[in-house]
Amino acid sequence: MDQHAVTPVLDARVVVDRGGFRLDVGLRIGAGEVVALLGPNGAGKTTAVRALAGLIALTDGHIAIGGRRFDDPRTVTFVPPDQRPIGVVFQDYFLFPHLTALDNVAFGPRCHGASRPAAHETAARWLARAGMADLARRKPRQLSGGQAQRVALARALAVDPALLLLDEPLAALDARTRLDTRAQLHRHLTDHEGATLIVTHDPLDALVLADRLVIIEDGRVVQEGDAATITARPRTDYVARLVGLNLYRGRGTGHTVTLADGFVITAADTTDGDAFVAFSPAAVALHLDLPSGSPRNTWPATVAGVQRHGDNLRVQLSGPIGAAADITPAAAAQLRLEPGQLVWAAVKATETRAYPA
Amino acid sequence: MSTHDRGSTRENDVLDVAQPAPVPPPRRWVGRRVPVALLIPAALGLAFLVLPMAGLLIRAPWSTLPQRLAAPGVLTALRLSLLTATVATIVCVVLGVPLAWVLARVDFPGRRVVRALVTVPLVLPPVVGGVALLLVFGRRGLVGRWLDETFGITLPFTTTGVVIAEAFVAMPFLVIAVEGALRGADERYEEAAATLGAGRWTTFRRVTLPLVAPGVAAGAVLCWARALGEFGATITFAGNFPGRTQTMPLAVYLALEKDLDSAIVLSLILLAVSVTILASLRDRWINTP
Repeated sequence: MDQHAVTPVLDARVVVDRGGFRLDVGLRIGAGEVVALLGPNGAGKTTAVRALAGLIALTDGHIAIGGRRFDDPRTVTFVPPDQRPIGVVFQDYFLFPHLTALDNVAFGPRCHGASRPAAHETAARWLARAGMADLARRKPRQLSGGQAQRVALARALAVDPALLLLDEPLAALDARTRLDTRAQLHRHLTDHEGATLIVTHDPLDALVLADRLVIIEDGRVVQEGDAATITARPRTDYVARLVGLNLYRGRGTGHTVTLADGFVITAADTTDGDAFVAFSPAAVALHLDLPSGSPRNTWPATVAGVQRHGDNLRVQLSGPIGAAADITPAAAAQLRLEPGQLVWAAVKATETRAYPA
Repeated sequence: MSTHDRGSTRENDVLDVAQPAPVPPPRRWVGRRVPVALLIPAALGLAFLVLPMAGLLIRAPWSTLPQRLAAPGVLTALRLSLLTATVATIVCVVLGVPLAWVLARVDFPGRRVVRALVTVPLVLPPVVGGVALLLVFGRRGLVGRWLDETFGITLPFTTTGVVIAEAFVAMPFLVIAVEGALRGADERYEEAAATLGAGRWTTFRRVTLPLVAPGVAAGAVLCWARALGEFGATITFAGNFPGRTQTMPLAVYLALEKDLDSAIVLSLILLAVSVTILASLRDRWINTP
């Protein structure tokens, strides 16, 4: 398929200056595509959503939806939010407390010129799709968190937006509700014909809901791609932590990568020039004595901390390179691990991945 | 009951849940002790506010009350008072709510000055306010002359004049209350409305106004109460003509010159009617979430 033939629904370069902080993110989202904007707190995710929605103006760049420019400081174009083809699900939903669930969902169609009966019919249809038909007459305060989230989604979708924006749509929910709501949200987003941008700091939300991930740190895109690429080949410490990998950057020569401080890691892949090496904490084995045998990367390390991690223990190691190692409680008991203890860490070359930076 | 031995102030609640006793235990004081440093001034404050009313009640000529109530002019003045205070409140709501919205939501240069100007009638002695109204709306006043020559409308010493005097004095109460409610309301509801396609007017009508309705109601009640008790600006701007501009406070003032008992009776009527109306409105409007 020729990529250039398809005009994306959203074509934007979002540049916003806010008191020393600069957000500069390029976003292109096609019809039916779901893109997750993932990043740590303070990375500028919510600012990006607010700029796309027209709640704040761009400093530079542009926002085009369906080929039409909605914000372009260079041509002094700014279209206010009520005239943009968007739907927004806010983190805390902001359902109108004085309106029933049905009237909340009917609000958008009414503002877009539908008659009252037509708006109510549209709203009833969307609530039914969200499985909320029985609760249409309830006020927001009579709804649970998960129910409110579904009404908020129905309200945003009821205006048939070309661009659907979701700002941390699951953050306000408890873990159990989150699981169900995430699955349901996934179904709705798959059905949505327009473009969808979902902002989250939870990698699981991003991996489950999105076709493509855009990861931002300090207002800039640090990595983007599909879930498989990003989980296999993280490019920053933040991304590596998100996907649970140890990540190092150095210079590759054949099967070895030399880090800045001279530490050499032997990898299965060959690289040449600037390269990343990544390996899973589960690939790190700990020994009390220097192990011998198969081609391994081994180094002396100090135990900096031990935490529970699922069924295993995650050991933070300091030394020539910082690393996380996952070991079983049995192995931990055998090693008598405690902070400050000296151990040997070993990683097989076949368990590492090296790729160009 | 060792699990409840933590000395928590909520202990009683926990016990109630833990023991499904058919007969509930006698209600115990589970709230926290009120500090004396707050309780004493609170009691003094209440006494200070209530004692003058008690004074009126004690000194009231109860034996001759029925005759005095039926005296000519009493009902007329009461009706005029209620009518003008209500119309003045409507005027204040129609003009004051938009003014409060502009002050709370529109960022314009000189907003602080405008906000200060709105409170001027609060600090201005009402009599001075009445004089100022005469200078503007009097037959030779800036606006009054034009109204007189163009439309043949005269405002001073008319019932409309009473409404104007009352609205002038009472409007700040409404504006301040509504502006406070608007500033307290979360603007993100309005942003949500905007993303759904609502322009600012639709947002104001369908989202903002319902959200701040309790604040508007509280402001309107304050405004109405202030208008009902208005004296200085009214007597200066509208005069004291029975049936036309003589409201209850003016009637009380007039009665004071001749007959203290009549003045007390009139005051009690005003007090009883306004307290009844305020109490009923309070339950209906102010306490709704």
